[in-house]
Amino acid sequence: MNIVRPYGDTLDDGKVQLSFTLPVPDGAKGREAARQLVLKWGFKDCDVVHSAPLSAGFSFYVAYGKTESSVDYDSCVADEHSAEASLSMDEVNEFIRREIRRKVVVVGACTGFDAHTVGIDAIMNMKGYNHHYGLERYSELEAYNLGAQVPNEKLIEFAGKVKADAILVSQVVTQKDVHIHNLTQLIELLEARGERGRYICVAGGPRIGNKLAVELGYDVGFGRGAYANDVATFIVKKLAERN
Amino acid sequence: MRAKLGLSQDKISEARQLATRICEPVSKFVDGHTSVTVERATLRLAGADDADADGVPVPNLIVDQARDRLADGAFRLYASALARTGDSPERLNRKIAEGLRLTDLPPADESATARKAVELVNRAETRVRANREYRESKQAEWKDRNHRPLLYLIVATGNIYEDVKQATAAAEQGADVIAVIRTTAQSLLDYVPFGPTTEGFGGTYATQENFRIMRAALDEVSERQRRYILLTNYASGLCMPEIAAMGALERLDMMLNDSMYGILFRDINMYRTFVDQKFSRMLDAWAGIIINTGEDNYLTTSDAYEKAYTVLASQFLNERFAYAAGLPARLMGLGHAFEMDPTIKDGFLYELAQAQMAREIFPEHPLKYMPPTKFMSGDIFKGLTMDMMFNFVSKATDQGIHLLGMLTEAIHTPFMMDRYLAVDNARYVMNNMASFYEEVEFREGGIVRTRAAEVLDKTLEFLRQTEAAGLFDAIAQGHFADVKRPKDGGKGLEGLVKKGPRYWNPFEEHLTRTLGLGK
Repeated sequence: MNIVRPYGDTLDDGKVQLSFTLPVPDGAKGREAARQLVLKWGFKDCDVVHSAPLSAGFSFYVAYGKTESSVDYDSCVADEHSAEASLSMDEVNEFIRREIRRKVVVVGACTGFDAHTVGIDAIMNMKGYNHHYGLERYSELEAYNLGAQVPNEKLIEFAGKVKADAILVSQVVTQKDVHIHNLTQLIELLEARGERGRYICVAGGPRIGNKLAVELGYDVGFGRGAYANDVATFIVKKLAERN
Repeated sequence: MRAKLGLSQDKISEARQLATRICEPVSKFVDGHTSVTVERATLRLAGADDADADGVPVPNLIVDQARDRLADGAFRLYASALARTGDSPERLNRKIAEGLRLTDLPPADESATARKAVELVNRAETRVRANREYRESKQAEWKDRNHRPLLYLIVATGNIYEDVKQATAAAEQGADVIAVIRTTAQSLLDYVPFGPTTEGFGGTYATQENFRIMRAALDEVSERQRRYILLTNYASGLCMPEIAAMGALERLDMMLNDSMYGILFRDINMYRTFVDQKFSRMLDAWAGIIINTGEDNYLTTSDAYEKAYTVLASQFLNERFAYAAGLPARLMGLGHAFEMDPTIKDGFLYELAQAQMAREIFPEHPLKYMPPTKFMSGDIFKGLTMDMMFNFVSKATDQGIHLLGMLTEAIHTPFMMDRYLAVDNARYVMNNMASFYEEVEFREGGIVRTRAAEVLDKTLEFLRQTEAAGLFDAIAQGHFADVKRPKDGGKGLEGLVKKGPRYWNPFEEHLTRTLGLGK
């Protein structure tokens, strides 16, 4: 057991920073409404330290609350692939040369109507992101970035053509759960063609966790903060496992 | 503004000459072609609107009916039907929506059709001129009440009626410009949906009715705020000129419109895009609409420090294409962005150099400056400080259109309070350091001057390579944004049509005359 609470400046003080908008005019009454709300959320104390009008009927609040809630840190299980275990780019290349002994082919795209390539670009482009080179830079990988708004059918076709080992799908737009539909459709199409087993399927995006991805039939999911080498590590280890 | 960078005027004019030579062959191609959406835009100006029971817009129905004679233009068929039937455009539109085929009607005689054309052009001219005059009179009446640079905010709920609430609040908080971002993938539709819409993903459909609804709401806020609130939409994708036409009719004030964005970032065919951008820009010039070009996209795809020259090169090309379509400099919102990696030492100085360089090279242009997005991480506190640096550079270098950065970029579409914090941040910074820059000179041989000179040199080199390859081939070979686009690849090529000897488009003729673009 390792019981933890939020830390302000003293162990277990339970201090939490909050900010939110209420659809009421700014003023003393609004601040009181904000304070009562914070208390209703279970906080023991509440200081509304700032309020401001947003427009005629809306107001903005900054508040501090004190919580008595706690969690047992030891019993928490992370829904993420731990980056600590990831190989670096050079290590991935070395691993491929040693264990797989051929080029590994990876195809990536932003599917459906999603036009946001930031995620797939961060993982695949030569330059990479935040000092982590993208998959195109890996000498032992053959990486194809198909870009944005790629229909699932086209992605599968392309993967077949280049004999891909892994398919990477990025979904950034999540409004009205459109990403779930897109991600599910890809797996269904693969299954209908009897090809699901041919590929390691990787889902990624700022709102996609490993748990969600696995639920939808993917081998793994990468969310915020994942880099190309995290993705590459998963793919090559999985491939080696299968061989 | 006093020049601070000591840039070589010779090099700047060499870059302009290169841009002119690069665009020349493209313009020649453009003038010999039309496209399905250029024809539909023309029909919309003439009054074609409405949709059939399946939601197919009347302009699309007409162009489909005229498909085997598009080399003549679609306008003749519509004008002839109006002359022959004596119907108003509204009545004829309804008949077409209910199944009338214009090709089944015997053509009206040439002189009646020609008279009808004059009437339709005059009607559109009157409406667009009234729009321009209304905007100018309000901007004169409320002179100096907008921020400088103009503060630009985006709304994107998917539901036009919800957008109206968000836009109204944003304007009350201080926004000068409201952009209604389009639903994901509208750029790939080869038609413009009809009527008001309440469903969209990551944005709201651009429709003429939605334009009208938002315009009316912003006019109301403008009166209350005594500040003209500008409305922005996106003349990009497969319906560039149609969106521009709708914007001209409904008094939009700005349009995202880039000469090459669709090719590079949406995989739309290059010939189609160049043809479409020309007519859409002519419409913008006519209606007094400021275009916003998309150079920021080069920096979200590639590295902002290394590829800074691609931004300047693209600005020169966008400027040249815009002049060729009759746009004056004051309507050219050339784009760029504050997208360098925040961990770069002296990154702020490089951003300052880039923004100042754009200001000095394009002195009359209302430059459109985009905030950091690529390195916004979810750390909203860091995000706020990055936006602050961006606000500083923008005010210092007197940018024209300032797209406010959101501290929650990369997390969700902005909450109302996110927009408030963005405006508050910008107002604080821009007021607090308003005259700071006038006190500052840049050291000869220092970081800022050296950087600007380097970027200009690289730009020249890049433009020379582009000229040598030819623009079509340069794009095909991946010179721009590291993307290769085959000349006959991409979406929309089938909608491109070579103009025949009988091609007739009185709106294009009218615009060519009005804008002084005679051959």
